[in-house]
Amino acid sequence: MNEQAIKDLLYKLADDQLILGHRNSEWTGFGPILEEDIAFSSMAQDKIGHSLAFYTLLQELGEAEPDTVAFTRNANQFHNSQLVELPNGEYDFSLIRHFLYDNAEIIRFEMLSQSRYEPIVKVATKLKGEVKYHVLHANTWIKNLGSSTEEAILRLQSALSEALPYALGMFEKSKYEQELIDAGVYAGEEAVKAEWLKRIQAVIEKTELKMPDLESITPKFGGRYGEHTEHLQPLLDEMAEVFKIDPTAEW
Amino acid sequence: MYGGGNVFEATKFDNLQSEDPVKLAEFEARIARGEKIEPTDWMPELYRKQLIRMIEQHAHSEIIGALPEGTWITRAPGFRRKMAQMAKVQDEVGHAQLLYSAAETLGKSREQMLTDLINGKSKYSNVFNYPAFTWADSNIISWLIDAGAIVNQMANAKGSYGPYSRALERICAEEAFHLKYGHDAVVHMATGTPKQREMIQAALNRWWPPIMTFFGPSDKMSTHTETLMRWKVKMASNDECRQQFLDMYVPKIWELGLTVPDPKLKKNQETGQWEYTEPDWDEFKRVINGDGPCNAERLAVRRTAEERGAWVRRALLNPKAKYVKPLA
Repeated sequence: MNEQAIKDLLYKLADDQLILGHRNSEWTGFGPILEEDIAFSSMAQDKIGHSLAFYTLLQELGEAEPDTVAFTRNANQFHNSQLVELPNGEYDFSLIRHFLYDNAEIIRFEMLSQSRYEPIVKVATKLKGEVKYHVLHANTWIKNLGSSTEEAILRLQSALSEALPYALGMFEKSKYEQELIDAGVYAGEEAVKAEWLKRIQAVIEKTELKMPDLESITPKFGGRYGEHTEHLQPLLDEMAEVFKIDPTAEW
Repeated sequence: MYGGGNVFEATKFDNLQSEDPVKLAEFEARIARGEKIEPTDWMPELYRKQLIRMIEQHAHSEIIGALPEGTWITRAPGFRRKMAQMAKVQDEVGHAQLLYSAAETLGKSREQMLTDLINGKSKYSNVFNYPAFTWADSNIISWLIDAGAIVNQMANAKGSYGPYSRALERICAEEAFHLKYGHDAVVHMATGTPKQREMIQAALNRWWPPIMTFFGPSDKMSTHTETLMRWKVKMASNDECRQQFLDMYVPKIWELGLTVPDPKLKKNQETGQWEYTEPDWDEFKRVINGDGPCNAERLAVRRTAEERGAWVRRALLNPKAKYVKPLA
């Protein structure tokens, strides 16, 4: 199997989770209710833990150790989708992003747990069980708030319109797309997207929110190839602030 | 994390004269027998009032205490520290949740307590009005402030109010992990590169004066707390806690080759008591009353979080139902 193709896939998975985990952790101390501080922190810990699992697989393929990979690369070396790097904004945006992202992530993990690439199967199977709760959390909140006050519905509707172009950017194909599909690593981005649409629509239908017409939306691509918004580099600088005081030190 | 140093209201004998003397005697006898008081049991108004005040201050200290360390979550160096720092601060928020619900059993809603926090009506542990300038400051907080909190909370866990005492037992179990985490991080800094050693010593120098005030004013200056001690609301005096803390942690600080920035600090071998430079209690009073380096910033963050989250809380209430009583 083409090792570059696998590495590209692993970087994509790892970087998405590191960056979203970092963003989720920014809610600690600022949530709309204490229970949401705690929930976003739990998900942040899971996501960062998941990214570590994938960086560890990369290390086994000869890449640098996880701390170096995560804390010393620049934005243009990151393969995350632009969706995860956007600032948290208000809780409405963070919730919508979490809903759109985790409903896609679980599909990837479900597929990868059936992968013909053995090393990824064990990791994906384990993590799938954790992401299940992230999805449950997102869907429950969307259903609750999406059928509550006019104010909440308006806010979520507007956050949905704002986030969707970036969410569609998650499904940007890698240059190894066909190889990964042919080798049975997973079914590819088109397949993930089709299943994702079904699942998010099923939740949206249970609320007073309306799904925008996806045909009229231009996806924000580029993230998978190292093109990012202006928000990623400051996030990385902050993340590495202490680490870079002395990268050889034991902290 | 909470060090006591509570601002208790002066207990006036008058406050008890309106209570039924038979019930009061029964209540005091139960406490003397070591029984716990539960939410639906009879209790004097003063007991209820002081407990709300104490538990509320403790809960506020947990969420405000999450802020100085929380700012270092996004900057923690390496995966191991990043994950531990997140989990640690999350625990503190979880403690707040536990404590607000313990206070709610006494009749004050969480929303009201948070409103009083933002308005400056109720207090929180004074140490969190000081800044965490560097990663090392965050490590010192995780180790020594949590250590101080454990000293205080282990004592209060033996208190008479059931819900508070049970919450404290759970909290202490988690704080014990924080202490290990904080100690481990400080050990790495103190035995690391010259730059790391310099960072951790500087942080200790900054935090020592607030740490010395953590347990509250010296007993000679405190208002009379005999009734609260008899009711097992306050379980140990401020000076007792301070002495216990010094006994447990000064040797550990010295062991790491760090210097405590107090030339007078020593244990008097005859009395067994630690001697130290008396903390600046005027500054303590000034800071607790609002004039500290971070008071405004801490409350502003909390106020912003409350305001930005208000629409979520409104949406969670059933708009058709009338909100007529506290959640618990």
